[in-house]
Amino acid sequence: MKNAVTVKEQLTSGTNRRSFLKISGLTMAATGLLLTGCNNDDDSSNNGPYAPGVRNGKFDLGSGDLGVLTYAYALEQLEADFYTRVVNLNNFGALFNSEEQQVLSDLYAHEVIHREFFKVALTGALSNPSTQLLPALEFDFTTVNFSSRSSILGTAKALEDTGVAAYNGAGKLITSTEYLLLAGKIVSVEARHASAIRSLINPNSNDFAGDDVVSASSGLDVAKNPSQILPVAGGFITTEFTATYLP
Amino acid sequence: MNLFKFIESFTDDNLMNSTGSRRDSFGQFGQLGKNLALASIPLGLAAFTNKAFASDIGPTPSTPIGALQLALTLEYLEDEFYRLGLESGVIPTGGRDEKVFMQIAKHEASHVEFLIAGLGASAVTKPTFDFTVGGAFDPFNATGIGTTAAYQQFLVLAQAFEDTGVRAYKGQAGNLISTPDLLTAALQIHSVEARHASEVRRLRGLKGWITGNDRGLGMPSATQAVYDGEENVTQAGFNTSTVNNGSLGPAIPGAAGSESYDEPLTTQQSVTIANLFIV
Repeated sequence: MKNAVTVKEQLTSGTNRRSFLKISGLTMAATGLLLTGCNNDDDSSNNGPYAPGVRNGKFDLGSGDLGVLTYAYALEQLEADFYTRVVNLNNFGALFNSEEQQVLSDLYAHEVIHREFFKVALTGALSNPSTQLLPALEFDFTTVNFSSRSSILGTAKALEDTGVAAYNGAGKLITSTEYLLLAGKIVSVEARHASAIRSLINPNSNDFAGDDVVSASSGLDVAKNPSQILPVAGGFITTEFTATYLP
Repeated sequence: MNLFKFIESFTDDNLMNSTGSRRDSFGQFGQLGKNLALASIPLGLAAFTNKAFASDIGPTPSTPIGALQLALTLEYLEDEFYRLGLESGVIPTGGRDEKVFMQIAKHEASHVEFLIAGLGASAVTKPTFDFTVGGAFDPFNATGIGTTAAYQQFLVLAQAFEDTGVRAYKGQAGNLISTPDLLTAALQIHSVEARHASEVRRLRGLKGWITGNDRGLGMPSATQAVYDGEENVTQAGFNTSTVNNGSLGPAIPGAAGSESYDEPLTTQQSVTIANLFIV
């Protein structure tokens, strides 16, 4: 049995979802998700690639480069959806000062661009995009208090740090130098975002690259596998999908 | 005293005997590096490695070892720059700036040690740096231009080094694709450089990300090579400058296209920038 990570939304209390905001770079929060049959199998790299698409009634991200890009597309959809909600808020101008509005507006623009890029790139690369392209996901941000500056910025921080860890961990799963470079072009912008958001939350500090995400002994940022990222990010994703063939 | 500590921290002996979590985190990486070193150290570079004071480094080979050797040279540069900056007294003390640069300095020192441990016998030696670039800059107030003016130059160079670091690591990703553990470690440094770059840029009143090939207010033209090429808006054939979000949200400015992707530097471009500071 290969790695079988089923990401599935449960009927869940807000408390579980809220724990997403508390994760540090090195721990994984327990969220309202089912994590079943997650095996570490050293032979998984010998599997042939599985195309993204519906398996057993749910969309599976697949494996190989297109599986990794589909995984990235899911995360970019999440970020883009969140910032779209933020910049559309009626009280956006009242909640945030001009610097914060500029940062959040830029992040909105960047993440929408990333999402649209993956949509187009995957549509071009998949042999049958009508069935293999990850559909537009649906999200539930009811645990975020959209009338609270700190709740919004805290969520942004968690999303950006998660994005950095996800891309850092996904790099080694990519076999094409072109796709690897594209992921590299995006991850550093996510890290710039994470730094800026952290700096807005706590400006007179070293939080922009705090010891909670950058190891104080090695100077290395966080890198995580999809099976570590999806249960966390999945706290906001209501559309069920699986990542059976990603580590 | 400081000088002795400084030199001591770069000796292999010190690294091999270091204890605790740092050694643990080096362990696997170091072994990998040694194995790779045996397999693939190029002859030309072995001579370069043994050169006590390398002036004008050459391009590193397109191999995992070469990628990490270039990285080490750039980390040596950053590490020494921030060390001297903190010692010089130009960084305002007791506030955000000092906290920021102490944190960055800590990371760059760790990166140097990490790469030396990983490269083992393939580790390149530290070049001799001139951060004044022949007298054009005075980031440490060595000639007495005053701490305020010197600090502005320190910030300019810090921004240039961090933005260069991000692009240089990115340019080496392809050279590391055959060694997954080294690639991951390089990515984990790459994103730290990007966090640094964002904060230094914000300290200077800029956005944390690069718009077009704009080097930013107050950056001298000598730093333009750090930003040339960042204006790219074509990613795998996709035009990032014409995206719109329809009725879902506000219009997306065209400038966001280049901002949302950082571009790589080639090995030669990275080496050329580093050589400006190597004597």
